[in-house]
Amino acid sequence: MKSLIQKLVETPGPSGFEYAIRDVIREAIGEHADEIRVDALGSLIARKGTKTEQGLRVMISAHIDEIGLMVTHVDEQGFVRFTNIGGISPLTCYGGRVVFMDGTRGVIGLDGIERGKMPSLTDMFIDVGATSKADCPVKVGDVCGFERPFLDLGKRMVAKSMDDRVAAAVAVEALKRLGSTPNEVHFVFSTQEEVGIRGASTAAYGVDPDVGFAVDVTRSGDTPRTNPKMATALGAGPAIKVRDSSFIADPRLVDWMVQSAQAAGIPYQMEVLEAGGTDGRAIQLTRGGVPAGCVSIACRYIHSPSEMVDSDDVENAVRLLVKLLSEPIRLT
Amino acid sequence: MTKKIELSAGQVPEIGASQIELLEKLCNATGVSGDEHEVRQIVLEEIKLVADDVKVDALGNVLATRFGRGEQRVRVMLAAHMDEIGFMIVKKHEDALFEFVRVGGIDERQLPGKPVLVGREGLPGVIGAKPIHMTTAKERQNKIEQSALRIDLGPEIGEKVKPGDRATFATRFAITGPSIRAKALDDRLGVATLIELLKHVPAGIDLLAAFTVQEEVGLRGARVAAYAFDPDMAVAVDATPAYDLPHWDEDDENDRYNTRLDAGPAIYVMDRATIPDQRLVTWLQETALDAGIPCQLRQPGGGGTDAGAIHKVRGGIPSVSVSVPIRYAHTAVSLARLDDWANTLRLLHTALGRITPDLLAGERRGG
Repeated sequence: MKSLIQKLVETPGPSGFEYAIRDVIREAIGEHADEIRVDALGSLIARKGTKTEQGLRVMISAHIDEIGLMVTHVDEQGFVRFTNIGGISPLTCYGGRVVFMDGTRGVIGLDGIERGKMPSLTDMFIDVGATSKADCPVKVGDVCGFERPFLDLGKRMVAKSMDDRVAAAVAVEALKRLGSTPNEVHFVFSTQEEVGIRGASTAAYGVDPDVGFAVDVTRSGDTPRTNPKMATALGAGPAIKVRDSSFIADPRLVDWMVQSAQAAGIPYQMEVLEAGGTDGRAIQLTRGGVPAGCVSIACRYIHSPSEMVDSDDVENAVRLLVKLLSEPIRLT
Repeated sequence: MTKKIELSAGQVPEIGASQIELLEKLCNATGVSGDEHEVRQIVLEEIKLVADDVKVDALGNVLATRFGRGEQRVRVMLAAHMDEIGFMIVKKHEDALFEFVRVGGIDERQLPGKPVLVGREGLPGVIGAKPIHMTTAKERQNKIEQSALRIDLGPEIGEKVKPGDRATFATRFAITGPSIRAKALDDRLGVATLIELLKHVPAGIDLLAAFTVQEEVGLRGARVAAYAFDPDMAVAVDATPAYDLPHWDEDDENDRYNTRLDAGPAIYVMDRATIPDQRLVTWLQETALDAGIPCQLRQPGGGGTDAGAIHKVRGGIPSVSVSVPIRYAHTAVSLARLDDWANTLRLLHTALGRITPDLLAGERRGG
């Protein structure tokens, strides 16, 4: 599974430009799905199983986009100004390296600004090594992602775009391991989550599920002086979301998820996220409303080029998801 | 619909005296978000003889359809919003002075000293401000908060005004050389463009024209319009700021101009509401290149158009936006070039004529 995670995090796919990552997912799923389709916004939807009398139509959603940058202007000297795709802190940018969808690489430089001042993205530029506008290989509208190799620290793994490629890997693995099920499971690899949970909205409309779960990363509260405080920790198991700032998980599902984890002896932790949203919101608010929950993987340094997760959490998230999907879902 | 006029479908629409006259009527009309009545009446009158089907929906959108001919016609939605930014009266004070709020995005520094028209009757008022004689040097360094401003209608006229009435900048339309100077060019330019396209639809598509409401307060009308039309693809036609002015206080180049006047229609690559389908961006760019029509890419960044609502409707709708560049958007007076408008109309008409089902075949891809 580590090799799939590595492949996924090292493939660029900023929001709206998920075509390369979608191909990696399609290849990883291989023959394990009963049906694969791609919707109008580019989400890949893989169905496994057929709804039976005891089963439900279930949507699992892991987003395949990542934060990135888009070119706004190339100046006469060939320096490239940019805007953000998704939530990017200027703190993580200066000195960073980026790779454009065509493979062009560059580094992020900073205007001479007042010392001690917090820079904004408009104070920064990408230097692709051009000597003038004429020989600059990128143009307005071109898209790049951050470049940072996958780092295997043994129990812990580090990469850019662990958010949410680690969850995509979890979903692919769960799809593969899922045996007989009374449910009809639609694994959605959704687009444009980082710019406003867009892909999951249209995918949820298309799937029209009876119940749905997002799989995403969440903040980890186990680093020094976290603010606000959070009860999650790396290695404490997959997190069962109670709420985040985009939706409140269906309490019936939360209880059922907890009992299922206990019954299967899978470690878990509870998650209350005060800032941040997931595809769960899109599922919950589609059509006439859908009971929705979320399985999260605790992650340090989210939206930086070095997001860290725990290998055991990843494995246990797969086990929990397979357990949840293998049996009738209880909504009482 | 026996009265329907069969206008020549293939003919390229031009901007002439009658189109300018229509734009003038549209810009001078009042249509602050939520009360687009006056603009809607103009639109309905203009399209009644050319559309195959016209509806006004629950929110007040005008949904006009013109069917093409032939097999496998792509259903193309075009959206232009009828509403404009403006004001709403919230409280009457003594002496016919009215407290008001802004509707849509208006910089409060733009307000003092501006004449306005209030209510459906267009009653003349002015947003007054303390004259320089009475202000202190310190006061002149600060902006005047909206809460300290009033719309002054004077006695008699003020009797006719009540809370809830809407108001708009009183600017009247003018053609000045190659330019158009008016209020509400955002988005009456789009509305006028859609009317022309309805009159000259290429035959190979079904044109679903949405004249939308409440764009300026959150892309509201377009959402329900797209749900009703359920199109195969959509293009929002709007106006976008051109801040193509030199940096006169610094010696470096202006790298945040959004768009430029005289550079043609602005095609969107990303705003805060939409990341357009690259297949449609390419379709527009290639059309412009092949037909020799100037065009520009709008700098990616903030802002949003009706496409932001449309592309998320139902199972998703491939969408893109095209805007006419205008200087001084969302102020009392904007400035556009007739040529940019004409080229926007030309680009859209030519591009619509090139649509085949192949455009949307396969998966959404990158650029």
